[in-house]
Amino acid sequence: MEWETVIGLEVHVQLATASKLFSGTSTAFGAEPNTQASIYDLAMPGTLPVLNKEALKMAVKFGLAIDAQIGMKSIFDRKNYFYPDLPKGYQTSQLDYPTVGKGQLVIDMEDGTQKTIGVTRAHMEEDAGKSLHEDFHGKTGIDLNRAGTPLLEIVSEPDLRSAKEAVAYLKKLHSLILYLGISDGDMSQGSMRCDANVSIRPKGSDKLGNRTELKNINSFRFVEKAINVEVERQIDIVEDGGEIIQETRLYDSDKNETRSMRSKEVANDYRYFPEPDLLPVVIDDEFIEAVRATLPELPDVKHKRFCEQYGLSDYDAMVLSSDLNTANYFEDVVSGCNNAKLSANWVMGDLQAYLNKEELPISRSVISADALAGLIKRIIDNTISSKIAKTVFEAMVAGEGDADTIIESKGLKQVTDTGAIEAMVDEVIANNPAQVQQFKEGKEQVIGFFVGQIMKASQGKANPGQVNKMLKEKLAR
Amino acid sequence: MTELGLAQISRALANGEFSSLELTQEYLRQIASENGDLNAFITVCEEQAMAQARAADEARSKGEAGPFSGIPIAHKDLFCTKGVRTSCASKMLDNFISPYDATVVENFNRAGAVVLGKTNMDEFAMGSSNETSFYGPVKNPWNRSLVPGGSSGGSAAAVAARLCAGATATDTGGSIRQPASFTGITGLKPTYGRVSRWGMVAFASSLDQAGTMTQSAEDAAMMLNVMAGSDPRDSTCSEAPTEDYTASLDKPLNGLKIGLPVQHFSEGLNSDVEKVIRDAVAEFEKLGATVKEVSLDNSHLSVSAYYVIAPAEASANLSRYDGVRYGYRCENPSDLEDMYKRSRSEGFGAEVKRRIMVGTYALSAGYYDAYYIKAQKIRRLIKNDFQRAFEDVDVIMGPTSPHTAFPIGSKNDDPVTMYLEDIYTIAVNLAGLPGMSIPVGLVNNLPIGLQIVGKDFAEAQLLNVAHQFQLATDWHKRAPGK
Repeated sequence: MEWETVIGLEVHVQLATASKLFSGTSTAFGAEPNTQASIYDLAMPGTLPVLNKEALKMAVKFGLAIDAQIGMKSIFDRKNYFYPDLPKGYQTSQLDYPTVGKGQLVIDMEDGTQKTIGVTRAHMEEDAGKSLHEDFHGKTGIDLNRAGTPLLEIVSEPDLRSAKEAVAYLKKLHSLILYLGISDGDMSQGSMRCDANVSIRPKGSDKLGNRTELKNINSFRFVEKAINVEVERQIDIVEDGGEIIQETRLYDSDKNETRSMRSKEVANDYRYFPEPDLLPVVIDDEFIEAVRATLPELPDVKHKRFCEQYGLSDYDAMVLSSDLNTANYFEDVVSGCNNAKLSANWVMGDLQAYLNKEELPISRSVISADALAGLIKRIIDNTISSKIAKTVFEAMVAGEGDADTIIESKGLKQVTDTGAIEAMVDEVIANNPAQVQQFKEGKEQVIGFFVGQIMKASQGKANPGQVNKMLKEKLAR
Repeated sequence: MTELGLAQISRALANGEFSSLELTQEYLRQIASENGDLNAFITVCEEQAMAQARAADEARSKGEAGPFSGIPIAHKDLFCTKGVRTSCASKMLDNFISPYDATVVENFNRAGAVVLGKTNMDEFAMGSSNETSFYGPVKNPWNRSLVPGGSSGGSAAAVAARLCAGATATDTGGSIRQPASFTGITGLKPTYGRVSRWGMVAFASSLDQAGTMTQSAEDAAMMLNVMAGSDPRDSTCSEAPTEDYTASLDKPLNGLKIGLPVQHFSEGLNSDVEKVIRDAVAEFEKLGATVKEVSLDNSHLSVSAYYVIAPAEASANLSRYDGVRYGYRCENPSDLEDMYKRSRSEGFGAEVKRRIMVGTYALSAGYYDAYYIKAQKIRRLIKNDFQRAFEDVDVIMGPTSPHTAFPIGSKNDDPVTMYLEDIYTIAVNLAGLPGMSIPVGLVNNLPIGLQIVGKDFAEAQLLNVAHQFQLATDWHKRAPGK
């Protein structure tokens, strides 16, 4: 039987506010345990929450970016459960009236096609602290620095049909939150965390199968692997006549397998009820318009503009627009050298290769957009060839200065003096009569041999265009 | 001098009749001699009180004294006081030294008040007799075999016994008004949101409100002047403007329209109590008020609705007492679950556990709609009843409690009988309205309280109404014989 995979993602995004969702405590990452926990974060008796308005603005900003219904009146609820890193014994979240309602996200597949994925909702809630099980001699340590950090939980519809689509959705979401500046999106630090609800059903069926919830899949790569391995597991079970148990499963990246997190099926009753310590959050059109005014150009709009304004291919425009820093870098290069095609080639080619090798984000590239534009300008005005440009680029990476300095100090300037080139052409023709004969017999590709010889003689500095032209003229005689 | 009320003390201190230190020492002597039996205080802050008194005297000598400078008061032991145990009368918080001050405490400190100590109460404010306290029951100064009412029984008994001239208290379903009635003092529960809840240990967040226990309405106005106002730390605290609550005390009551709810004068009301209440209403008529009957149609549903909403909120509010970060932790827990179970089983008393269970049940899947949602609908109906009544009248009056104080131990076996103690007061909390209880007579030498309920934020009017009565009568000056 042919199976169809059905996936919905729940993505927790840590909002990049300076302070926590309900207290004024700093949210900076990496402080000593419990140094960023106020009396509210510690759930001292008598303490009360006060909503962080910046977090609300960020949630609304996200809602506007995915064209969602914005909750004009959102209500916080208490989600009750006991855990040592949950100081109040309840998490303040939103159940029936989230800040962000139904919206959508268009994902870009590798083959260039697009697909619209429904976003069910995005609600605001506070993060829990961390339980530390090591170094406490059989006891558990609690670090509440993270407790109360604002999260936006973005819940997708079960519209994703493969692990690849799930990754594309996650990448699009990642790109979007960075564009909006509402999160640093750093998955390694837990700023973006993903749970996947995965089920299978016979192809053509419109009934959803029992789903499992996969946890601990906190990188793009793990999302793909975890979903694929879980889908295989489910197919094996169903094809052997078994039934999928609805449960939470943990992905083990070392063994590349998922395993049940709880031995027994626990139906948690969270006893949600409206948080009486907070009033309903009521916003008006004025608030929404003020937030809308802060929206940057979004990835899809930029993508389209790159095609139209710069004449880029759809693929190049997509790659360059998916990351805000890359897009800004690219546009800076274009404005410095006035050649979009060469700019795109260099940013996506040599620059990206260098960044990949060094594992650097573009924001930390040693070659600035201005510097790269300076190099490209020398290609455009024929000072150097594209091939020599690569040598100059290497030297720039090595910190030897800007393009002009390197070209000058290394004497890489192209030879465009006709007399000098003519002398070299004549010499090569004179020294290689056999190849001249071949050319005359119609084997035109031998011209490459002559060009190679001349470039070698000129140490790459002869202008290849001129060399080609002159060779053809002289050989044709 | 310990017989004086707050306003009298304020004037005497200003006139230099005695110093704050002299007065404070006298109160501390009284507390030392009386509290062993009365049990009104859980913690007495002797050294701190004397230091505050000296500071107030010094400020006064520099001409920097305000109306509250140097006046000794007490705080109910659920207001967080920095560096002082804040127990909520629970074993759970017996070892809890608060790292911060409640807004109410901060306001009194800023006003220069002297804090004599922390008063006894029902555990986590859950009770109507002050018998659920981990520190034992408080006795009623009028008759020491009787309860003082609850949950603010310690504050009420302390003021009635003249161990302080004013005390803070809280009222979630009647916890200020009923003990004020039982001990013959003036209790004020302001409108929900009038006084900040920051630093007030929560019982039921949507109902809890801080207020005052004093001898008179004039004194209550003085305290409310210190307590009332918005607070950026409490999102539910109102930003409605405050006023000088002493300013309109002297307004005559000509034309005041009083409503008497028929439901509060029906079966269950002790006939002697009813007579005292009707006499008090007649006194208001003499002062120029007119009286008419009003109907609060859904008042019979108020106790039921309250005992869903309050426990539901409490069940979550008390989840933080888990033995992890502060408070009571059981000995040698074998694992996490054992620590939770034993810390909470051993740390909470029976009534608190009962309400946590009730609240947890009411919020459970499958019961939420039938209990919590339905109770919220009733709450809305009750609020509507009051709004309709207030279209015709300015204030609503009736008995605070159906009877006088009852013997210690007499209602311990039946929680429902105890819950019915608050039958006249609970609806006021559900509606969020301001309410008072003032002493208006005695039956068998035990005080009777009149409840006065006002419109939202009509504290000044309530205090004016009560003060005019107290100018014409002397029930508020009756103190229990010692």
